Amino acid sequence: MRWGDYIGVAPFLVFAILFLIVPTAFLMASAFVDREGGFTLDNIANLNTPQILSSFWISIRVSVASAAIGALVGLIFALAVIRGRLPQAVRSTVLTFSGVASQFAGIPLAFAFIATLGRLGLITWLFKTYLDLDIYRAGFNLLSFWGLTITYCYFQIPLMILIIAPAIDGLKKEWSEAAATLGATPVQFWRYVGLPVLWPNLLGTLSLLFANAFGAIATAYALTGSSLNIVPILLYAQIRGDVLNDPGLGAALALGMVVIAALANVVYLVIRTRAERWLK
Amino acid sequence: MKQSRFWPWLIFALGSLYFLLPLIATFQFSLSIRRDTLSWDAYLNVFQAPAFQQTFSYSLVVGFAAVVVGVLIVVPAAYFVRLRAPQLRPVIEFVTLLPLIIPPIILVFGYIRMYNSSSLIPLTNSTIGTDVLLTLAYVALAMPYMYRAVDTGLRTIDVQTLTEAANILGANTATILLRIILPNITVAVLSGAFLTLAIVVGEFTIASLLNRPAFGVYMQNVGANRAYEPAALAVISFVITWAAMGMIQLLARFAPRTAARS
Repeated sequence: MRWGDYIGVAPFLVFAILFLIVPTAFLMASAFVDREGGFTLDNIANLNTPQILSSFWISIRVSVASAAIGALVGLIFALAVIRGRLPQAVRSTVLTFSGVASQFAGIPLAFAFIATLGRLGLITWLFKTYLDLDIYRAGFNLLSFWGLTITYCYFQIPLMILIIAPAIDGLKKEWSEAAATLGATPVQFWRYVGLPVLWPNLLGTLSLLFANAFGAIATAYALTGSSLNIVPILLYAQIRGDVLNDPGLGAALALGMVVIAALANVVYLVIRTRAERWLK
Repeated sequence: MKQSRFWPWLIFALGSLYFLLPLIATFQFSLSIRRDTLSWDAYLNVFQAPAFQQTFSYSLVVGFAAVVVGVLIVVPAAYFVRLRAPQLRPVIEFVTLLPLIIPPIILVFGYIRMYNSSSLIPLTNSTIGTDVLLTLAYVALAMPYMYRAVDTGLRTIDVQTLTEAANILGANTATILLRIILPNITVAVLSGAFLTLAIVVGEFTIASLLNRPAFGVYMQNVGANRAYEPAALAVISFVITWAAMGMIQLLARFAPRTAARS
């Protein structure tokens, strides 16, 4: 090992330290600092307000719901396309489209759903015209928990498909043949072979999807302005200086977000290393 | 065993409905700016707006800068990790995953706290400094994808033999990286570049909090003030994303392969 070997890696490490690790760590640390520069837990304690707690609660619910629905629907969809003996062209189209749709998030996604499920949206209009059903009068609102969840699914499902497709490819054809030879029904195959093999991957992807939704802000912001009280939007307003007006509290809010997102990702990383054993 | 294809097709049809309806609805909405007739006026309004042209080109420039910086940082790191410092691989891979763990809003919040006017490196003091900060934030955002793309590219060529051959011919490390390795992984680098652009060009959170006139901020503004133009912008963004991802697929066909002899 020569020092020269580190030179090529040095720019990368310097960048990572200066623009990833230190800013985040600095921000996390300032959650424990009071206005005079001393150590304090007050900022964390100040998170305990109805507005902030409910914002965390809504964020967690939207993230869990969109991750769970995204994972389930994505899995079923990927299984149908990959193992349902649909033509190869269907499969490659779905994977390409998933690549696009999983990146199609942020502001434009909000616009698309306003044009679809907003008060003047196409589906809203179709329901009203042909089924005589006003979905807004029936209680639906795009600017609500379910509206946001349905919108998030537009990038969560494709992401699930992209991540789970290699795992489904890893389910060898011989396994289902062997199970069938031993007299297993398809249900038994999935119960005892298929799902247990996919399980770690599923759980892992679930946490990735959770973190993905939890940190997202642009879609929700363009969809609802600041009317929906989720953590990233609250933090956005806080950084903008609109509300709270307490630097320590902003840092504490950020700390809460990172802790939750990191927990989800730690679960993912731990599980993924276990899952990889089966995918060779 | 004969397996019915009814269910797979049904699921596929339902899924397609969910994914295509918003696109159709958005497209239809974007054409409906005039009462009772379809027109491209919303698109004309968008394309003719000076703010569109300015913010879009601004975001493109920042995106390209982020690609260049990203390549300069990632390629040497991936190369050295693969060839000489494999013991650093876990560290590097963990670092490349960090941007997935740290939400962009936290990242930019950290930047604002650390590089503000009263800090040691007051980047947010000047316009150019803030542009640099935005570029670096985008490098960080795209890091997981860029590293993955470059590392995959390096895996398909025989780095060891190419390096030894170049060494024997008297090339130094910089020459090897620039004239041997980089040309051989052009396709992988370009994939990473297009993915970076797809992520960065419509980015809202970081640009908005750094107060830069980026395309994402402009889109949000239009969304708050107009009815039909946002739909046109959504269609345009989708086409851009599709083009970027399509380029990656297309490029994959031209990837050179000199896999290591086993």
